[in-house]
Amino acid sequence: MMAVTDMKSPSTAASPPLARRPRPSLLRRILRDRTVLLLALPGMLLLIGFQYFPLLGNVIAFQDFQPFLGTDESLWNGLDNFRILVTGDPAFLNALRNTLILTLIQSVMIFPVPIVLALMVNSLMSEKLRQGVMSVLYLPHFLSWVIVVAVFQQMLGGSGMVNNLLRSNGLPTFDVIGNADLFKVLLTSQVIWKDTGWAAILFIAVLAGIDRSLYEAAAVDGASRFQQTLNVTLPGLRPIVILLFILQLGNSLSVGFEQIILQQQAVGIDASEVLDTYVFNEGIAGGQWGTAAAVGLVKSVIGLVLVLTANKIAHSMGEEGVYRA
Amino acid sequence: MSTTTENPQTTPGGSASARTTPADAHRRRAKLNAAGPVEKTTKTIVLVIACALVIVPFIGIVATSIAPADQVTNSGGFVLFPREVDLTAYRSILSGGVVSRALLVSIGITAVGTILSLMITAMLAWALSRRGTVANRPMLLLVLFSLLFSPGLIPTYLAVRQFGLIDSYWSLIIPTAVSGFNVIVVRSFFVSLPDEILDAAKVDGASEWQVFRRIGIPLSRAALAVIGLFYGVNYWNAFFSALLYINDAAKWPLQMVLRTYVVNGAQMGTSELGTAVEAAPPQETIQMAILVISIVPILIVYPFLQRHFSKGVLTGAVKG
Repeated sequence: MMAVTDMKSPSTAASPPLARRPRPSLLRRILRDRTVLLLALPGMLLLIGFQYFPLLGNVIAFQDFQPFLGTDESLWNGLDNFRILVTGDPAFLNALRNTLILTLIQSVMIFPVPIVLALMVNSLMSEKLRQGVMSVLYLPHFLSWVIVVAVFQQMLGGSGMVNNLLRSNGLPTFDVIGNADLFKVLLTSQVIWKDTGWAAILFIAVLAGIDRSLYEAAAVDGASRFQQTLNVTLPGLRPIVILLFILQLGNSLSVGFEQIILQQQAVGIDASEVLDTYVFNEGIAGGQWGTAAAVGLVKSVIGLVLVLTANKIAHSMGEEGVYRA
Repeated sequence: MSTTTENPQTTPGGSASARTTPADAHRRRAKLNAAGPVEKTTKTIVLVIACALVIVPFIGIVATSIAPADQVTNSGGFVLFPREVDLTAYRSILSGGVVSRALLVSIGITAVGTILSLMITAMLAWALSRRGTVANRPMLLLVLFSLLFSPGLIPTYLAVRQFGLIDSYWSLIIPTAVSGFNVIVVRSFFVSLPDEILDAAKVDGASEWQVFRRIGIPLSRAALAVIGLFYGVNYWNAFFSALLYINDAAKWPLQMVLRTYVVNGAQMGTSELGTAVEAAPPQETIQMAILVISIVPILIVYPFLQRHFSKGVLTGAVKG
């Protein structure tokens, strides 16, 4: 303490300070780091322009927004746009119901499929075979939804491959494409076809990291293969499963937007409208900007809250979760 | 339990056989090693079916696109084994017309977009990897936070319109040019570069820019290649931004054409097809040909993507 005060005293000011260099001024630091700042500039501008600036645009949720007037001139109408959420508007309720049903299907039916695939592929003996199978199965992930939907139509449509085969063998054909009753089944099978292989990669990587000696120890203790899976494999997968589940929860109100928009014409609004398509149809196509923005805003906020809550719960259960705050 | 404590040197499996009857040991080893024949067969069948579900549609699509017109018409619009190779459909869509133009648009968007995205991402990631510089923490937090929410469809659309990008090709590039996730992945690569190399360069008088250009980028080439491929695939596949921002059908990328003429089944007349058609091939053949053209670029880059996955480039990056 004494030494420090001594250094600062006028008598020693003439000699340069040895221990502490004064923090350079902001301007000096900006000049020093100018290259780094210039490198960051284009990316930060884009991020602010298309991630943060649009956030401000959400004010139209509280406006009777008219595109030709813009956000400055349009009249404020308080929470009028949000009224649709509670008044039981049939179009909104329909979108909400379809969304929740699809979310339920996706978490119950789609989520476990890649885990099962990963377990099966992981137990293949030959490394070559394993890689071969996987490179076939995750290819569809890189195809666009337009292509996936087109492929499904060409396979299952009225004149598609399957019905063609059935017809030429004198069997009755079936009608999935454009059939409103089976639309959710179709959506689910498309998601499974497109993304199962991709989702399995992560699980396979985690499985490969499970310590072999745990299996050996379990076998020595007399555990059957099924018991080994139950007591070694699944606990090993638990952190990644929880992590993905939390992330999916945040997206749980956004189900297959592109996928549905592409096929909406064929099956009609009743069977296919979800919240995202509702926002699109109502706002951009229908001109109800304020209402659409209000629904979109509530949706994003719920998504964010779900992720944060789930993450908290995961922490309190002693799991890693997505992040530590 | 007791066997392992008595023989700490040997492996658990070995110690088991040493202490127990041979029959016991055999049973245990069987449990440890291999699946039963029933399980094995089921597994093989399921995996073969899964692979077939992916491969067979592609074969059918390619086969129909190259089948002669009369065979396609006679077989009800779908051919698995073409009698001979007939490329009329490809010639008719590639000799001018809607598809050719859309193909050029898609190639242009993908090429320009990928280069731009990659440059901007690498630059931002480098800046964020230089800890202790001005505003480093706040910028990093801005990038991270952007991963947690999306601004919403309507506000994004209005922002793009406000920037005057509607009906401009740039609307297909700029709004999606930087992905916060990719920035974080590349940054974690830059952070993992050994400080000694960078310091040595500095001592030798290299400027920040030179360190980035001559050391940072060359050492992270593999990671940047993967990220570039991802950006490229995204630009090529972009459909929704075109649906939102491009009203002028003359500026449509391939995915929009695909939606209109294949998914929605709009007829392609002589005005949409190229000029060099003798007799227009059946719609099915044309549809399949468009589909093939839009899939082929993905198939071309696919092996490169895969090579990097097997090296674990991406999984490692995601972890860090």
